[in-house]
Amino acid sequence: MPISEADIEKIAQLAHLEITDDERRMFAPQIADIVTYVEQLNGIDTSGIEPALGGLTPEGERTVSSRPDEVQPSLGQKTALESAPDPASGHFRVPKVLGS
Amino acid sequence: MSTIPEITEALAGGGTSARKITASALEAAEKLNGQLNAFLEINRDAALKRADELDKGADGASALRALNGVPIAIKDNICVRGMQASCGSRILGNYQTPYNATAIERLLGAGAVVIGKTNCDEFAMGSSNENSAFGTVKNPWDPARVPGGSSGGSAAAVAAGIVPVALGSDTGGSVRQPAALCGVVGIKPTYGRVSRYGLVAFGSSLDQIGVFAQQAADAAAVLQVMAGRDQHDATTADVPVPNYIGETEKNIEGLRIGVARALLGEGLDPEVRDAVEKAIEAYRALGAEIVDVDLPHAKYAIAVYYIIATAEASSNLARYDGVRYGFRAEDAPGLRDMYRRTRDEGFGPEVKRRIMLGTYVLSAGYYDAYYLKAQKVRTLIKQDFAKAFSSCDAVLTPTAPTPAFRFGDKVDDPLAMYLNDIYTVTANLAGNPGISVPCGVSSDGLPIGLQLLGPYWSEGLLFRLTHAYQQDQPVAARPKIYA
Repeated sequence: MPISEADIEKIAQLAHLEITDDERRMFAPQIADIVTYVEQLNGIDTSGIEPALGGLTPEGERTVSSRPDEVQPSLGQKTALESAPDPASGHFRVPKVLGS
Repeated sequence: MSTIPEITEALAGGGTSARKITASALEAAEKLNGQLNAFLEINRDAALKRADELDKGADGASALRALNGVPIAIKDNICVRGMQASCGSRILGNYQTPYNATAIERLLGAGAVVIGKTNCDEFAMGSSNENSAFGTVKNPWDPARVPGGSSGGSAAAVAAGIVPVALGSDTGGSVRQPAALCGVVGIKPTYGRVSRYGLVAFGSSLDQIGVFAQQAADAAAVLQVMAGRDQHDATTADVPVPNYIGETEKNIEGLRIGVARALLGEGLDPEVRDAVEKAIEAYRALGAEIVDVDLPHAKYAIAVYYIIATAEASSNLARYDGVRYGFRAEDAPGLRDMYRRTRDEGFGPEVKRRIMLGTYVLSAGYYDAYYLKAQKVRTLIKQDFAKAFSSCDAVLTPTAPTPAFRFGDKVDDPLAMYLNDIYTVTANLAGNPGISVPCGVSSDGLPIGLQLLGPYWSEGLLFRLTHAYQQDQPVAARPKIYA
């Protein structure tokens, strides 16, 4: 499958990645190669085959994961904000949202 | 480095102290790290303090605990409270984690001492450690060669005798492949055997925490402690944890080992093939029965893997946005610019490539053609294994197609790099456990590994087969760089 530099730009936008011209030129043929490689799967007959979504093992599927809805201790505001790049007044501060 | 029983028995007998054992591991790590770059953080003060507490019996009957005083190294994508978790990425940098992964909580409860965090490919994406933002790890057998990846730092730390055991994570072979390239044992347990709580997510339906060790019994002792249901990870299964150490000691006579001959053909290094053939004969001589099996869809595993793993990664890595933790690009005029520039400056090329590939295969119009198709072929791979295990107890393959390659050899060709994982990704796709076992040394003096794959929850059997082989065919050679 050919993948153009414009396709790469569109994918980068979807993925919230700002990529340079050099990266765009590098990624376009590499991603096209990988996509061509994975397209070999089109040759396999999967009619009537269910996709492997969900748990992988029968025991995992059977395991009941629900638990009582009880309040548990959590990190707390102070700890949660300690690693933030720009904490302010007990919040995560970000650059302006509207018009950006 | 001593084995786990040697350490715990010496401590119980009063012949040494946890402080002495910890100090010796720290010294080895500090001394060799200039050559290996295996550690991103060495936890000297906290590790010695912890060892002193163990020596004082400060938190209970420590002498009786399974991992009392055992020094351990942890891959830098597993959370240890108060230590960094960079995942080998600039986007997390020196981020400090405020909580312990469940696996870490259980290891500490058993008396282990974390001496440091190990280098890895960025977000565990890579097979050579060349994708770490903090420099490559060197292979202790030949520092001009890669240690494998992504858990290269943990593999090198065990291979170089710095620690008896280390943790890694395995999404497509990231424990087993570096174990093979560094000449140590590495196990990826069954999906759902070990909690992923506190393991930084890459491909959530594929990721498992695994163990590196010199000896099967030491890996068994660590898995024994970590395994089992955890309320913090809904995908851990409610399956009893057997006595792995007891299993390890059992005879292997009469066990049936399946060999898929089609996997020993094209693309396999002749020296690796020879070593694996010799190992098959060694197992036969030990009383195992060798049977032929067929895994007809294994050849599609890389294609399936690079759709599913990148799709899951593109979703999991959306959380790195410069808001709550880690790196943020400076002076962005608005929120959207801040996201894009943070991710551009924070992620390396392989991570960007995989996020974009994952975004592409999940994007409108392509979901059915790529993602859904891959999940259907994944079902076929699971069925291959189920069928194989109806006629054998374990399947034997090489772990990697070649011994350790040189730095730079595959770095410009992502697809060639991905093909390193050809033997390992099937177990992640199907959820089965797999172990890499050292099975010889090449003419260049590089270790070779074989892989054993088992049915779900058969880790005990894998340890048993590994132990029997290691007793019968010990690898006498040592790495050039060794503590």
